[in-house]
Amino acid sequence: MTIGLAHYLAVAAILFTIGVFGIFVNRKNIIVILMSVELILLAVNINLVAFSAYLGDVTGQIFAMFVLTVAAAEAAVGLAILVTFFRNRGDIAVDDASMMKG
Amino acid sequence: MTFSADLSLAIPELILAVGALVLLVGGAFSPRSTFAVSAAAVVALLGAAVATATLPVGTAFAGGLISDAAATFAKVAIYVASAVAIPLGQPWFERRGVKNFEFPVLILLAALGMGMMASSGDLISLYVGVELQSLALYVLAAMHRDNAKASEAGLKYFVLGALSSGLLLYGASLIYGFAGSTTYADIAVAVQGGAETGVLFGLVFLMCGLAFKVSAAPFHMWTPDVYEGAPTPVVAFFAAAPKLAAMVLFARVLAEGFAGAIEQWSQVLVALGLISVAVGAFAGLVQKNLKRLWAYSSIANVGYALLGLASGTEAGIQAMLMFMVLYMVDVTGFFACLSALSRGGRSMETMDDMAGLWRERPWLSLAMTVFALSALGLPPFSGFWAKYYVFKAALDAGLWGPAVIGLVGSVVAAFYYLRLIKVMWFDASPGQTDKPPAEAGAIAIGLAVFAFPVVLIALTWLDPLATRAAQAFGL
Repeated sequence: MTIGLAHYLAVAAILFTIGVFGIFVNRKNIIVILMSVELILLAVNINLVAFSAYLGDVTGQIFAMFVLTVAAAEAAVGLAILVTFFRNRGDIAVDDASMMKG
Repeated sequence: MTFSADLSLAIPELILAVGALVLLVGGAFSPRSTFAVSAAAVVALLGAAVATATLPVGTAFAGGLISDAAATFAKVAIYVASAVAIPLGQPWFERRGVKNFEFPVLILLAALGMGMMASSGDLISLYVGVELQSLALYVLAAMHRDNAKASEAGLKYFVLGALSSGLLLYGASLIYGFAGSTTYADIAVAVQGGAETGVLFGLVFLMCGLAFKVSAAPFHMWTPDVYEGAPTPVVAFFAAAPKLAAMVLFARVLAEGFAGAIEQWSQVLVALGLISVAVGAFAGLVQKNLKRLWAYSSIANVGYALLGLASGTEAGIQAMLMFMVLYMVDVTGFFACLSALSRGGRSMETMDDMAGLWRERPWLSLAMTVFALSALGLPPFSGFWAKYYVFKAALDAGLWGPAVIGLVGSVVAAFYYLRLIKVMWFDASPGQTDKPPAEAGAIAIGLAVFAFPVVLIALTWLDPLATRAAQAFGL
């Protein structure tokens, strides 16, 4: 069996779905949500690199570099906000983030 | 095109980027000079607005950055709205003991991201612009660090914003793969005469991501929580300029990249618009907190802008641009009123807090009345003209059903706007309010004067500008 474009796309689609479900189904810890976000971004990177190789076009790989960089910045900002949240509440359970409802 | 010619088209972006970095370093060396940093940031934003207005038409960086009438129109509005946010926000934070110089710097970075969104010509510059804007906005929402609600708002905004970026990006990767390019111009060639399934799949993901950013229902769930929790002047900022930037981006991707798939995206936009109008009108009826109420109001208003865009015509895009600019004035003004009001040092945020306000603060009550009537769409206030453009474009494009449902939605929403007015003018006051700060009061009154009567004159020059901007999309 040769590994073709469809296989990469399938892996990426599965990772993407796991990431989205990780955000919505997870009821425990906000760190897990950050991990799910990373999973989504990495799924996109697999897509981009697979397409780039398939099309023989380097743009996809450049796009993937941008995604990696932005993902790092996003994780930094996310963790910083999480720290301020933890200082105010003393906990980072998902169910705690419910002061506002309606 | 040479590199220097490319750079000359990016002068507004360069002013903002260099300005933000210089101010960040300057602020780090003298953290107490918050006033100087704020003033310099306002100057940088106004400078960028002037630079934008004098920019020639063209594309730079291999089609990544577009400078045309639409970009100019949107960017000038965005930069001016951002410049207004700084004098509104910095004193507000300092009165609450948050004496940080980062607020103006973050506004600069957000404005830079929004400018990139408005003039992006490529999926990569789209993504970088969206992220630059979003990351700055997440931090701004959580800027009031010791406030539990603000940090919760920041966290929710971050999680859902990151999810929406992920959706947008996944869509972008599919579009790249199946259309074979990331520039809108090349995508347009690939989808000429109808898009294939893969591209369409990507387009739907991209539209979901953008719908999150403009808080269109059913992707609106973050909006009420974030608006309620975030500091009021920050809400005044991110209810206005980022929405315009995202709508212009929406229009640019769809009109320049997917003109061949107009039937498909027009249907999606009609659905998004109508759900937004319905959710905004009905969910707003039960709200007690005014910031939450105005969040639902903004969801409904984005619905109208999407209806304009859904027309898929030049008039529709022009209507959307007019709507968003006039709406920006209303929403900034309303939140400026809220950030000016407090009672015993506590912000006044609920409907009951506003009871009998006119006795003590006649001018601010009058301004809030103007904004409420304008949001309601009563002639001759600015909101009426905004809705007039949208409905006219929708009717001209044959969208009779959606236009009628939109009108019914605005009649339902009239209930909560009128209730606010009734509470302010006819109920008994629960006690003294504090003296409103000069800058927030001045901004609120100034914008109210724009909403009526200045708008009647402003329309005569906004209309041709928006028309020229809409022509630039080439639909």
